Amino acid sequence: MDDVLPLSRIIDHFEDRVTVDETVSDMPCVVVGPDDLVALCTFLRDDDLLQFNFMADICGVDFYPDSPRFQLVYHLYSIPFGWRIRIKCLLADPPLAPTITDIWTTANWHEREAYDMYGIVFEGHPDLRRIYMWEEFEGWPMRKDFPLRGYKDAYNPFGDEKKDQGDAS
Amino acid sequence: MTEVTVVHEETMASGLTRDVLLNLGPQHPSTHGVLRLLLQLDGEIVERVEPHIGLLHRGTEKLAENFTYTQIFPLTDRLDYLCPPSNNLGYALAVEALLGIEAPKRAQYIRVMMAELSRISGHLLITGALPMDVGAMTTLLYTMREREMVMDLMEMISGVRMHTSFCRVGGVREDLPPGCLERVLEFCDIFSHRIADYEQLLEHNRIFLARVENIATITGDDAIALGLSGPNLRASGVDWDIRRDAPYEIYDQLEFDVIVRQDGDCYDRWKCRVDEMRQSVRMIRQCARQMPAGRFLVDDPKIAFPVDKGLLAHSMESHIHHFELAAYGFKVPAGEVYVAIEAPKGELGYYIISDGSEKPFRFKVRAPSFVNLQALTERTTNMKYLADVIAMLGSLDPVMAEVDK
Amino acid sequence: MGILTNRFQDNIFFASVDNVINWSRKSSLWPETFGIACCAIEMISAGCARYDLDRFGVVFRPSPRQSDVMIIAGTVTKKMAPIVRRLYDQMPEPRYVIAMGTCAISGGVYNTYAVVQGSDLIVPVDIHVAGCPPRPEALLHGFVLLQEKIMKERVLRAEPNTKIEETVDHG
Repeated sequence: MDDVLPLSRIIDHFEDRVTVDETVSDMPCVVVGPDDLVALCTFLRDDDLLQFNFMADICGVDFYPDSPRFQLVYHLYSIPFGWRIRIKCLLADPPLAPTITDIWTTANWHEREAYDMYGIVFEGHPDLRRIYMWEEFEGWPMRKDFPLRGYKDAYNPFGDEKKDQGDAS
Repeated sequence: MTEVTVVHEETMASGLTRDVLLNLGPQHPSTHGVLRLLLQLDGEIVERVEPHIGLLHRGTEKLAENFTYTQIFPLTDRLDYLCPPSNNLGYALAVEALLGIEAPKRAQYIRVMMAELSRISGHLLITGALPMDVGAMTTLLYTMREREMVMDLMEMISGVRMHTSFCRVGGVREDLPPGCLERVLEFCDIFSHRIADYEQLLEHNRIFLARVENIATITGDDAIALGLSGPNLRASGVDWDIRRDAPYEIYDQLEFDVIVRQDGDCYDRWKCRVDEMRQSVRMIRQCARQMPAGRFLVDDPKIAFPVDKGLLAHSMESHIHHFELAAYGFKVPAGEVYVAIEAPKGELGYYIISDGSEKPFRFKVRAPSFVNLQALTERTTNMKYLADVIAMLGSLDPVMAEVDK
Repeated sequence: MGILTNRFQDNIFFASVDNVINWSRKSSLWPETFGIACCAIEMISAGCARYDLDRFGVVFRPSPRQSDVMIIAGTVTKKMAPIVRRLYDQMPEPRYVIAMGTCAISGGVYNTYAVVQGSDLIVPVDIHVAGCPPRPEALLHGFVLLQEKIMKERVLRAEPNTKIEETVDHG
């Protein structure tokens, strides 16, 4: 599997709008800002030599209390050529990212999950609402400052005591 | 379709009819678990399907950040609960990739054999459940009878019918019991005839075909855009199987065919799984016959328990390592990895970020059923009537624990 | 035809009405198909050919209105809890609840922000069947224990030391 071609084509096309993440060893990884994300994804899907037509996964990560706090990790796969690539998008707090639902339809539910779990708002998403938790739930469960057992209520007496101000929701 | 649309507009304009919002609630015999569907219906014609999921969201990913790497194996079992050994295998591969180790050959053969047995087990349920949903109830009883045989084998090997947690980082928990491989080969011989039974019951059955043929067709390009994988994708003509294209474990030494069908309707998705069971039988036979002798767990006392339990009795060092592994777990070097395997439902991916401690920093599961289920919402499929929704749901084979994690 | 035919002279048999009522209730417990998670698969296995539940008179009914017992098989999440309660309320009395699996009994391994720590926080539970998942034989044992519990119930007879005018709730 020739891993060099995707990276070299991306760097040729985007120059300093992306950086290569050298710490990742299992597949090529580029770091991009939220402003260039849509352009990069469109290029990766439409380029004839790359054809990353399968979007495997969108993963949110919280690096609290480091900054930039949030990160979106995209995993793409090219079915014709068999390449995998990882794209990381660093987001500030509060996190705001563009949607890539127009590029791959499957991103719809992945982005809803990232919104539900981390509070990452995707601009342009056709239907951004919670997917796992119920609509009135307050807080973003996967954030590092949200307690594992949630807040104490009738259903889970082991939860933490509710603070006066929960997470901004 | 045009006559219906014209009538619809006229009657809607006159105010005589109105679309019905029907709740196909979480408690329903055909929803394959706790799935809530909101259907906007014009009579029997489905205008829009809106799935509400999350009714089984248990917080697996957050819980995994508080568990050691070995303690996460039972959590992965409970993701796709029809085929737990497959989930275990994917997770073990991901952690081994982070550690930079490889399981011994015997362990790899055992893990692949268990994974293919679990593929049969998972496909058997949907081979029986889809016909049951569309009315042919007998098939489920037959497939569950075979599933009991598979569960017997699982119990013989790992001690548990479901939720085996049999894999460990670096191998498997214990060796195969004596006489096991003969039983496995016996099962393969019996099972090949049984698959022919299911096909004979349903393949030319006019009612079954009328319910599933040309229903909910998904084209290859739409399937890729939707992120479908596994039998759902291969039924639409896309030839991609991770076991062949990016082989892991010992799949590069096994001979098997990848089943690809062209029409992409419910029948093709169902038939794809039936044929895949045949290929799994082929692979299990090869594993059982080629099973090498050797260790079943990697020889690294900092990661795995010793194979020879007698060592604990007279080696202090081994004793201390055992204590540390059991009490604290092993540390994994900082880094991140994404490993994808061909689970029965599709591409099952584990993305693990490690910060150098014995608990993962981030544990993300790319659940194939979560992505497959989204295909219900898209109007790319010709799914006209309410009954077709049930057929399509059955043919996509979602497992709600995997959808909701 | 059986061991009872052509046995007795013309006769009158005496039995306790409660015994007859309880016997008829325990012998045809109809559960609603309410599998939530992994335990549902073992429940289906219990209903299939090898661990046949049908010989206990257990017939799975799709609707809560037609069922006697609710088997909560699987993890009850906070999002699902009101629905479980609503289904329980829709069942006509006498109704029983079997909590199958450790997640239904106490939340199991999932002590998290989204899981109810035991379905007895939502509905009154009669029988707990432990296991993760419990074997089908364990579920059968649970049904047998439920049958024994039903046989001990008082239906027409009032509870001792209560006024007869008061209705006694056997829900």
